[in-house]
Amino acid sequence: MTTTDLNTLNSALASLTADGSVLRLSETEAEQKSGYQAPTEEGLGERMIMNMGPQHPSTHGVLRLVLEMDGETITRSKPVIGYLHTGMEKTGEDLTYLQGATNVTRMDYAAPLFNELVFSLAVEELLGIEIPDRAQWIRMLMSELNRISSHLLFMATNGMDLGAVGMMLYGWREREEVLRFFEAVTGLRMNHNYIRPGGVAADLPGGWDEELSGILDIIPDRLAEFDLLMTGQPIWRDRLQGVGVITAEEALSLGATGPILRSTGSAWDLRRDQPYLKYDQVEFDVIVGSFGDCFDRYAIRLQEIRESIRIVRQIIDQMPEGDYRSQDKKVTPPPRARIDESMEALIHHFKIFTEGFKVPEGEVYVAVESPRGELGCYIVSDGSSKPFRMHIRGPSFVNLQTLPHLMKDSFLADTVAIISSVDPIMGEIDR
Amino acid sequence: MSEADAPATDEAASAEESADAELVEALQQPELLHGVPVSYSRGQVVLHPSRAEYVALVSSLRELGYWMCVDLCGVDYLGYSSQRNLPDGISAERFEVVVGLLNHTERSRIRLRVQVPEKDAQLSTLFPLHPSTENPEREVFDMFGIRFEGHPDMTRILMPDEWVGHPLRKDYELGRIPVQFKGASTAR
Repeated sequence: MTTTDLNTLNSALASLTADGSVLRLSETEAEQKSGYQAPTEEGLGERMIMNMGPQHPSTHGVLRLVLEMDGETITRSKPVIGYLHTGMEKTGEDLTYLQGATNVTRMDYAAPLFNELVFSLAVEELLGIEIPDRAQWIRMLMSELNRISSHLLFMATNGMDLGAVGMMLYGWREREEVLRFFEAVTGLRMNHNYIRPGGVAADLPGGWDEELSGILDIIPDRLAEFDLLMTGQPIWRDRLQGVGVITAEEALSLGATGPILRSTGSAWDLRRDQPYLKYDQVEFDVIVGSFGDCFDRYAIRLQEIRESIRIVRQIIDQMPEGDYRSQDKKVTPPPRARIDESMEALIHHFKIFTEGFKVPEGEVYVAVESPRGELGCYIVSDGSSKPFRMHIRGPSFVNLQTLPHLMKDSFLADTVAIISSVDPIMGEIDR
Repeated sequence: MSEADAPATDEAASAEESADAELVEALQQPELLHGVPVSYSRGQVVLHPSRAEYVALVSSLRELGYWMCVDLCGVDYLGYSSQRNLPDGISAERFEVVVGLLNHTERSRIRLRVQVPEKDAQLSTLFPLHPSTENPEREVFDMFGIRFEGHPDMTRILMPDEWVGHPLRKDYELGRIPVQFKGASTAR
């Protein structure tokens, strides 16, 4: 996937562990020391410790940055997180596997279907059940649409962060088209609880393909407008090109995945490299950059929307008929009509939704490619109906570690562009 | 069977016997991969290094192409009622640190499960090999109270600095708010 070798990787590692771009101050220290810092004996000149956030419009929620400034230049920095921490992994241990999807879907709220997907895949791996083809294609359809809506949200916020305020409205407008389709299918615009262990919650409604084709016809034209508004503009390019540069070796060492890793020229996409669902049956390109800067990350996401549209079109053509959920009685409640006529069916339904189904003991790690990178789920089961341990590897949580390295020696004005290009979702970082 | 054949058969039988004994012995030995006991969980490769072997193993795996440490998390096995799926010779401890490594060239993954005892809840850091573990190790410290020796910033990450306790431990109670049917002191 990459042209790098161990020696370059080792030299990148040496500079990463030694370069001191991370400001290691505790939260209390950061508060005490904020403001003017006199020159010290270690050769440091006048400095300023500055707190940015947690309430700041460009921090995408509640990210706080402690910055050490030398004039307008950032020397060291530290992201401070945890303001949105609600203990979702702990909560997950007290919910049955069926309820679990409602919990995890609230983590990455811009791409909820991916959370449900990775959780369901992990549970199914432990259960050892096969999912019907149609369910898999529906899952793939929904997650690609979710990738489109998530990247559109990035377009909107990235545009606004950099002063293209109109972009905020356009990005939101296009995203709304996709969310309207989600509402038609799942009943909700966000936090769907649609993808569940065993399949999906409901079949696609009648006429879904026509409705979807309508959306798919609109979006490419709008993307061309984005190109006109942003991609080719000299101001836009000046603000992004050469800003927040990262190399492939640094990205690998820092665990960065998704568009950040791909912007360095490393073609790594789990959909192609470790295919899950039916991704081996559709054609698409893995988009890579070459400079590893903010502009590459923007351009990759824009192009990924086009690739996702290409995938969705293929899915519409190839969608098979069949069940939308597994017919394994252990995990799937009986059809609604059966409950009216059969006492046993009612009991069965009741048992599944109160007690839940038991999952064989074991531990498993499953990963999918979310819009932000590798989204993983590690589940330990003790054979009961609730996970013993449920851990989500949030791509934003790991990607956030690249921030201090991206921001080193850049201007304060560029921090906004850099944070935006990492595309962090705080719900997933803090969980 | 003629008498002349008998010694030869004996020899063959004893050779077979010793081969059997070797096989049995080989089967009794825990299977090793990269020099440490290995187990398989739903087809996924899981290595079980001791705390002493841990860093050296990650380092040699890194030389072999496992360049990215994708995930690092903790598990508290207090009150785990089932079989732990550990190879022979690995004694189960209360805590486990689970590390996921990724080889991009071979497109393969490998998982490490390190046993960490409750009495001495600490482990060497992977930071000098994989700076990507900085945040996850802080999270494990925050949530489980496992200290990572040599980590540059062993502080809480998600909970406030002054917080007492480690929330993801099994003996840490889940917070609850009394509601009408569950835990309310008086009936309405």
